[in-house]
Amino acid sequence: MKQLDEIQKRLLREVADLHEVPEGAYNIRSNSESAGRRSTANIEIASKTDVSGLEITIKPGTKRESVHIPVVLTESGLTEAVYNDFHVGEGADVVIVAGCGIDNCGNQDSRHDGIHRFWLGKGSHVRYVEKHYGSGDGAGKRILNPVTEVYMDEDSAMEMEMVQIKGVDDTVRTTKAELAAGASLVVRERLMTHGSQTAVSIYSVSLNGKGAAADVVSRSVARDESYQKFDAKIVGNAECRGHTECDAIIMDKGRILAVPGLEANNVDAALVHEAAIGKIAGDQLVKLMTLGLTAPEAEEQIINGFLK
Amino acid sequence: MLELYNISFGVTAEDKQKEIIRDVTVRVPDGGLTVITGPNGGGKSTLARLIAGIEKPCSGKILFNGEDITEKSITERAKLGIAFAFQQPVRFKGIRVIDLLRIAAGGKLSVSGACDYLSSVGLCARDYIDREVNASLSGGELKRIEIATVLARGALVTVFDEPEAGIDLWSFQNLIEVFEGMRTSMRERSILIISHQERILNIADEIIVLKDGSVAAAGPKDEILPTLVGTSSAVKSCPRIDGAKGGEEA
Repeated sequence: MKQLDEIQKRLLREVADLHEVPEGAYNIRSNSESAGRRSTANIEIASKTDVSGLEITIKPGTKRESVHIPVVLTESGLTEAVYNDFHVGEGADVVIVAGCGIDNCGNQDSRHDGIHRFWLGKGSHVRYVEKHYGSGDGAGKRILNPVTEVYMDEDSAMEMEMVQIKGVDDTVRTTKAELAAGASLVVRERLMTHGSQTAVSIYSVSLNGKGAAADVVSRSVARDESYQKFDAKIVGNAECRGHTECDAIIMDKGRILAVPGLEANNVDAALVHEAAIGKIAGDQLVKLMTLGLTAPEAEEQIINGFLK
Repeated sequence: MLELYNISFGVTAEDKQKEIIRDVTVRVPDGGLTVITGPNGGGKSTLARLIAGIEKPCSGKILFNGEDITEKSITERAKLGIAFAFQQPVRFKGIRVIDLLRIAAGGKLSVSGACDYLSSVGLCARDYIDREVNASLSGGELKRIEIATVLARGALVTVFDEPEAGIDLWSFQNLIEVFEGMRTSMRERSILIISHQERILNIADEIIVLKDGSVAAAGPKDEILPTLVGTSSAVKSCPRIDGAKGGEEA
């Protein structure tokens, strides 16, 4: 593996909890170059030949293996689009950890657009974790526009954990999923914006087969003058269950727009949307203060818990 | 010793000044259990909130062990040793029971220490320690957790604002036992309960009666309680159940 500098290592820790070379298959991308790669007997990582990105093939029946594909950017002004395709074989059960960390100390915008596509074979199970993190105090923006597409065959299951807590100036996250019979998708998004950041999350989930189920839940905090939009649409085309939820705290002059979208095209589609936006409840602050915390400490505890 | 001197407090509603507490002077002695009772709207809960620092008096002085704490914040009073149990316990998304107990204990609290507090309010720690303090808990469970967090404070004065509110009769009996247990195990500490339940008044050492924002009577239980039985300052939680012990509902 190539030598990474301290900033790159710190970004890797933030987005992938990586302190050393990970176990299992991995590809670490640093400033548009591969800084290290390993395939395993069951998981093959190959470079795409037409565009920048990876072709990741997981053999049917692969159990308890992991794939790490973190990306770090530390050069100001770098703009890249990366296409990663995951082919998950029938009955496989894997953990995939992606994520992007940008440190921009310069004056030019740094931007990473990751387009991740997943094809889940019958009965396969994927836990997917994607973390975004930005640091650096340059005037250049840190921009991430991830696109995730998931095509789920019968009885496959996917849990997606999307986290963006700090430092990303501008995000448009687009997630699209198509579920066949018996497939289930669970999404847990955690987002915090501050300063003048904007973050848009767009979900479009189609439940196409009998017994398909989706649960998309976003918890977010908008501080300072930041803006968030949560636009989650679930389409029920069969006997299915769908639930979306936006639970948000606004602080300072933060703004949030939640757009519920449910489309039932089958009489047996059961779809629910919930949304709640508000400031931190005064009695929550008071309660923690009676336990000895100062007001800012109480606020921190409440937000940490909420985004946990 | 907690002392309140000439405390007055009012609010402005619909452009009118409404006085809720008028010139109240009370002393809560060290050790023992003091109950503040009185009819609804008499200012009991407001007095509790004034002690915790959630409200600030318009005039008067609050002394705690001789120190003037009138201008001190909620946090400062908590650090000095005043604990406050809410009438309606607060729910938190994402904060677990163990997290809340650790905050209450000032950071350091082992899992077995936390279990001790939960056991003392009749909750099996194993089932609760990792639960979030959110809407999945019932009113009775929340109330017990609220009391456990207050116990974890180890405060010199613990104020309970209508602890019986929102719990069923079965839990209420257990609650009485918790207070009795606290009194036995914390002899040098004071417990101050806001309540007009006769069964709570029965376990008091001292009773203060607050009526229309003023102290109507104060003194040892044996002296005060007989004058309250049958009034709205000493109500029974259930005429059928409490009635078996004699007396009629107020």
